[in-house]
Amino acid sequence: MMRLPWFQYQRPASVAEAARMLAAEGPRGMLIAGGTDLLPNMKRRQQTPATLISLSRVEGLKKITNGSGLTLGAGLTLTEVVGTGAVREKYRGLWQAAAQVASPHLRNMGTLGGNLCLDTRCNYYNQNEEWREAIGYCMKKEGKTCWVATASKRCLAVSSTDTAPALIALDAKVRLVSAAGERELALASLYNNDGINYITRKPDEILTEVVLPQLDGWSSTYWKLRRRGSFDFPLLGVAAAARMAPDGSVLEARVVLGAVSSQPLPLAKASEFLVGKKLNDEVIAEAGVLAASRAKPMDNTDLDVYWRKEVVPSFVGYALREIRGDDMRAMRMRISRQAL
Amino acid sequence: MSRNHVSATVNGDQVEFLCETGQTLLDALRDELRLTGTKEGCGTGDCGACSVMVDGRLVCSCLMLAVEAEGKAIETVEGMAKGEKLHPLQKKFIEHAALQCGICTPGFLIAARALLERNPDPTESEVRFWLAGNLCRCTGYQKIVEAVLDAGREMRGA
Repeated sequence: MMRLPWFQYQRPASVAEAARMLAAEGPRGMLIAGGTDLLPNMKRRQQTPATLISLSRVEGLKKITNGSGLTLGAGLTLTEVVGTGAVREKYRGLWQAAAQVASPHLRNMGTLGGNLCLDTRCNYYNQNEEWREAIGYCMKKEGKTCWVATASKRCLAVSSTDTAPALIALDAKVRLVSAAGERELALASLYNNDGINYITRKPDEILTEVVLPQLDGWSSTYWKLRRRGSFDFPLLGVAAAARMAPDGSVLEARVVLGAVSSQPLPLAKASEFLVGKKLNDEVIAEAGVLAASRAKPMDNTDLDVYWRKEVVPSFVGYALREIRGDDMRAMRMRISRQAL
Repeated sequence: MSRNHVSATVNGDQVEFLCETGQTLLDALRDELRLTGTKEGCGTGDCGACSVMVDGRLVCSCLMLAVEAEGKAIETVEGMAKGEKLHPLQKKFIEHAALQCGICTPGFLIAARALLERNPDPTESEVRFWLAGNLCRCTGYQKIVEAVLDAGREMRGA
């Protein structure tokens, strides 16, 4: 049985107080929101903060502002995001992504901000302390070698967030607040393609809000591959959003892959390729091939790595067909066991 | 090391306990309050054996810090039966033999009740999808799903 290591616990009431505490603790401090990612990691001694600063009582992190666009507090649970009418109606890709994270229990606990900051995952890292010690640890924690590719100079742990690809396709921004000030940045810029330094959030910053632009005339979608029809982390996520002219040709498009890299992967070429074209079967197939050329799944998650690469065009195809207006419910049921 | 004082309600009863920061709600329920109906399986949120309700929400008690239970209303499997009268789900689990070793059962009962409170008439697929966060290594799930559907029928009076 795994037990939590010892730590100090602080419970601020406001973002400003939390930011001050985080600044005072420095790298020894970590934030805890839903705890569904952090506490298992702490039990496995992957993360061992001296102090946890709880966001559970912080005012204002569950705010939903529906004006031009939509602002979602980072402290909303994934269940609350799924239950938000404006998300379901206007930002379908986010709704589908949030609804497919983990299990009902974990969606009731885990937050939107937590899913965006989710630690990268790897079969050689998400193991208990004894297991990792037995292989001499890995470079993400205490070791020197990347066991996925021993010649690799960087950590290849996988970005496993579902909501980030969906939100990047929707052109979302995030607000980061620290004791020194605050900044807003495009969500795509929150990530690095490095399994260790996967996030550009500074250790003293709190992700407080997700800001979605008004997206009139856009459609969006999210498709997820995993071993079971539910619960598991993504082995591939495909988020797509597009704005179409009345004749069905694409005016703007954004396609983003999840779980095939250490960061959510915006596909500039495949997205540009779609502009000016109608989403017929040939165009969709070609976009799928372009997408697959960027996907570099590694053999450090579940299922066969070659197969995971092979199915990228199919999943991009499902996403684009849904954007086109095809009835994809039967395929959804086959893959996710829920209509979405 | 100073311990944290927590007051909360468990199954409607006001409780107080002392806990260390590193104790989870599951640890506090089992070790401080001696409510051992809630089980520890994986400790990482994969198995659902520790399912409880907190302020009406189904959660994994192994992933919630006990100090964060302050002021919360917690419901565990011990609160399901009313005296000698079993909850319809408990009755149907017995009738359908929806358990063998039983370690997953408290979690399944709590999770299934949470489902039926939200969706009194779920399809088989909805039951399976909702219960995906609860693992059972004995039954193969079929009998559990049947028991939940049957309990739903009884609770609807159908």
